[in-house]
Amino acid sequence: KYHPMPEISNWMVQMAKDHPDVVSIVEYGQTYEKRVIKLLKIGVNTGEKKKAIWMDCGIHAREWIAPAFCQYFVRQILEAYKTDSKMGEMMKNIDFYVTPVLNVDGYIYSWTNETTRLWRKNRSPGTSSCNCYGTDLNRNFNANWGTIGVESDCCSNIYCGTQAVSEPEAQAVTYFVGSRREDFLCFLTIHSYGQLLLVPYGHPNSTAPNYKELMDVGLAAADAIRKVHGKSYTVGTSPAVLYPNSGSSRDWARMQGIPLAYTFELRDDGTFGFELPEDQIKPTCEEAYSGALHIITYAHDKAFNGAVATAAAALWTTLLAVLWLS
Amino acid sequence: MMSVRIIVVLAVLTGVTGSPNVMIKPEADMSAHPNSVPETVEETEIFGQQNVPVLVGEEAEEDVMATGELNPNHYPAQRAAKVVQHYLNTRYGSPYRLFGLQRVNSGNAEDVADSGRKYQLEVTVQEIIGNTTEKCSAEVLFPRGERQGSAQVQASSWEELLKNDTEAQEEALYQEYKMNQSLVTAQNLPDSYGHIEPDMKPLWHLGFVASSFVMLNESTENTLYNMAQVANVTQLPTENDQLKFDYHILLHEMVSQEIIHWKLLFTWSPPEGVKVLQMEQLPHCHHCEKPPNTN
Repeated sequence: KYHPMPEISNWMVQMAKDHPDVVSIVEYGQTYEKRVIKLLKIGVNTGEKKKAIWMDCGIHAREWIAPAFCQYFVRQILEAYKTDSKMGEMMKNIDFYVTPVLNVDGYIYSWTNETTRLWRKNRSPGTSSCNCYGTDLNRNFNANWGTIGVESDCCSNIYCGTQAVSEPEAQAVTYFVGSRREDFLCFLTIHSYGQLLLVPYGHPNSTAPNYKELMDVGLAAADAIRKVHGKSYTVGTSPAVLYPNSGSSRDWARMQGIPLAYTFELRDDGTFGFELPEDQIKPTCEEAYSGALHIITYAHDKAFNGAVATAAAALWTTLLAVLWLS
Repeated sequence: MMSVRIIVVLAVLTGVTGSPNVMIKPEADMSAHPNSVPETVEETEIFGQQNVPVLVGEEAEEDVMATGELNPNHYPAQRAAKVVQHYLNTRYGSPYRLFGLQRVNSGNAEDVADSGRKYQLEVTVQEIIGNTTEKCSAEVLFPRGERQGSAQVQASSWEELLKNDTEAQEEALYQEYKMNQSLVTAQNLPDSYGHIEPDMKPLWHLGFVASSFVMLNESTENTLYNMAQVANVTQLPTENDQLKFDYHILLHEMVSQEIIHWKLLFTWSPPEGVKVLQMEQLPHCHHCEKPPNTN
């Protein structure tokens, strides 16, 4: 089922209460209408600085399946870490930062009535010269801001704002992730619809330095998704697969040096679009979880097991060298 | 001899500790993956940069138009194939037969002098209600230059798409709506939760078919349309044995991300199918919004 904002907020409080050893709520910003933006920080408290995974949902108000997925994701990892040793290991080594609803004002607005259901942007007011509400938060980040795939008319649904990071919601992410950017192994931003995994960059003439890695891991994640319920997710850059854009959170994250940055576009392919039937929530979440987990596991293993294997190899080499030289 | 051995040991140690990343490989077998189609030339260019991507000015996406063989998963083929979906729905769609684009198998594009741009596509189409799929070949011509107008589509192997027998259901629906004491009205199909009452589903399907006429008309190489919602249905008195409807539909255009409102007046009967009498785009009143709580 889809849940309105108050229910999601209450659920977050409940999660922190039910799992006080691994879950805490972090307030990291404010929306235009002065609501608090919160995330769940999930991980075993080791007392040390840990590597991290970022996931945000609901940057676009009408994409209701996204917050539903964030909730599902949190429930899944909390269930898994006690019984599944891999998840247990990951919880020790990394912290998960999950924002179930980033664009709180927009999400609440989309719940007002049937006529507001398809709202996309945030709820900041227009300018003196332009009388419409809202900036497209996923065009507002400081990543080639305002260059392509945007409109300067504030009434447009892809209006990029008065300047880069003009919007408080984008500022919140920029500050929180930016001040910890060395810690983040991966940045996942969840949207709908289209059944796509998009890799940086949104500009057709920019290629990420680790494009091949992004594609390889993305394609493997899409494979994992397909194994769940047979749904095909296409993997590629935005300009190749969908349309060019600039100022996206994914591009900004990659430019911060976070190596694995993906935009998930969940179900469906256009039949129901944003108004995905509730009986598809669970299967969509199951397949998306499989895909996200693949990327997260890869990111984790690259940072942790890689070091272990190298250390072991170095140790053996040293040992054999000593024997040979003596 | 000893110094050589020391050098060898040092070399091996350096090699081993050099790059932890070399140890880790993603597990999947890339060659078998259906989505891993060879990139067309424009995507494989790599500009030597470290952390900052190199920009080459503000280029519109249309500048590098893919010609020749297309990557079936990329947007040029996908947008053209969506037009095929709209076309099939206008020709063969009904309250019990609806087409969705499942997959583009291959595509080719070429400029046709003075006419526009022609796409040749092999697609897999899904009949949504009966859940069957069929392969289909189609040609889409997007007109350019002086000859404006909407996309022209030709499809072959479409006969296979009609194999699901919907005659009896269509006739039953037609009779029901024709004999109704009061004219049917409905709103918000689907509702905010994606729900449609079972007896309202045929009205949603009809909306899908009728809106396909608009989407076919409006589609270009720079758009991708889907029907977002049927906002309102009003049945009008039957005329000449045709059921008549007034629909207010919401279309979602992917590239601009806009929701576009259209009013459609159309008729339907099993033998005649959907015939659109009038279609009119409605201006969306941006300035009509009131903030929920004004301070």
